Amino acid sequence: MEKTQQRNLVLILARELAANSATPMFVVDPEGTLVFFNEPAEQVLGRSFAETGALGAKEWGTLFAPLDREGSPIPVDDLPLTKAMRDLVPGHMEMKITGLDDERRMIAVTAFPLFARANEFVGALAIFWEEGSRGQG
Amino acid sequence: MRARVWGCRGSLASPGPETIRYGGNTSCVEVRLADGTLIVLDAGTGIRPFGLSLDPERDKTIHLFLSHLHLDHLEGLGFFSSLWRPDVDLHIWGPPSPLRSLEQRIARYLSPPLFPVHLSDIPSHPKFHDVPDGEFPLGSAIIRAQPISHRGPTVGYRIMEGGRSIAYLPDHEPALGVDLNDMEPEWISGHGVAEGADVLFHDAQYTPDEYDARVGWGHSSVEHVVTFGLVSAVKQLVMFHHDPLHTDPELEALVARATELWGTNGSSPLLAHEGMIVDLEPVAAVEEIQTRLQQ
Repeated sequence: MEKTQQRNLVLILARELAANSATPMFVVDPEGTLVFFNEPAEQVLGRSFAETGALGAKEWGTLFAPLDREGSPIPVDDLPLTKAMRDLVPGHMEMKITGLDDERRMIAVTAFPLFARANEFVGALAIFWEEGSRGQG
Repeated sequence: MRARVWGCRGSLASPGPETIRYGGNTSCVEVRLADGTLIVLDAGTGIRPFGLSLDPERDKTIHLFLSHLHLDHLEGLGFFSSLWRPDVDLHIWGPPSPLRSLEQRIARYLSPPLFPVHLSDIPSHPKFHDVPDGEFPLGSAIIRAQPISHRGPTVGYRIMEGGRSIAYLPDHEPALGVDLNDMEPEWISGHGVAEGADVLFHDAQYTPDEYDARVGWGHSSVEHVVTFGLVSAVKQLVMFHHDPLHTDPELEALVARATELWGTNGSSPLLAHEGMIVDLEPVAAVEEIQTRLQQ
C-alpha cells in the first residue's frame, strides 16, 4: 500500500479551527500553498474552496489583486501571510481586495506562523475581517 | 513480533467482577521483536504485572514508549519492578513539550508529595528521550511516531518489522470538529500511523451518546473508531481504552455495534482484553510457508 503523506497535526488542527470558525481564515502549508479556506472566507473571496482547490503562493498572492488604502497594488512580498511565511513573524495589514466574484472589499488581515515543535515551522494561518463586519472596529 | 496486552482500560483502573473479562488495568502493551528487543507501550497499571513477568537475566534493556503523560498512562511506572533494578537499562520515550523536558514532566508525578521517592533517586536511572517526529530504527524494527489529536502533547506509534505492523493510538479523537467520511486521509489525525496496519489498537471509549457529552475530551466513539479503521484500511481493529464505567456486557454491546458498522470489510473488530496476544509472523516467513504448502 502506498503511504499517504500525513499533514502535521498542528496544521490539521488549524484547518479544523478554520472549518469550525465563523471568522474567515486561510491555512497555508510550509511550502506556501493555500491548502484551505473556510466558508466565511468564501463569502469574502467570492469563490468556494471546492471551486479553487489548493492554490500556490504566486496564485493566491495576486488572485485577489490586493491594493492599499490609496489604491496602489501591494506587492506579494509585503502581504501579512508572506511575512508570516518568510520571516516567521506575525503580520497585519488593511487592504482592498477584489473577490473572485469581482466585488471590491476592504479587509483587515492578521497572519501568523505555526510551529509544531520549537523551530519546526509547519505553515501559517491568516484571519481576516471585512470592514464593517462584527469584530472589525 | 508479538504483542501482549497487560492493560486496556481507559482513564482509571477499574478492577472488579464487572470488568473481569476485559480487565481493569490501565494501558500497557508489551511488544517483543524478532531480535529480542523489548518494547513497552505506556505505563498504566498493567505495567505492574508485566514487570513481574520479566526474566531478570534476559530482560535487561527495556524501551518504554509513552503515548502521553495523562496519569492512566503513567501511574504504574513507580510500581514497575524494572524501575528499581540498577542493572536494567531503561529508556523512556515520550512526546516532547516546548517548555519542560520529558524527565521534568514525569518527575512532577514521581516525586513527593505525589510519590515517596524522587525520580532522580530511582536505582535504574532511566534515560529519557523526546520521541522524534517520523521514523527511526530500534532493534529489528522501525518505529514511526507522529503527534495525534488528544488533549496535550500525544503521539501515536507504529512498530514495523518484517513487513508487518502494529499501530497504537490508545487516546485519540480524530473526529474532533470534522466528519471523517468527508476528509482526505492526509488531513485525518493519526492516519499516517495507522494506514494499512496489520493490527490497530485504538481508542474506542464511548457510545455515540457518551461522546456527544464529551466532545473535545480526546477520545473516540465506536462509530469514529470504525470509520477511522476503515479509512485507514487496517487489517484488524482492536478496540482499546475501555471506559471505566463500562461493564463486560456493555463492552460486548459496543463491539457488536462495531462489527455491524464494519460490515464485510475483512476481520471484524475485537475488544482488547488483558492477556490478549497478537502474533505477527514476518511476511517473508509466511510467504515461505505458503510456497512450501503449495509444493
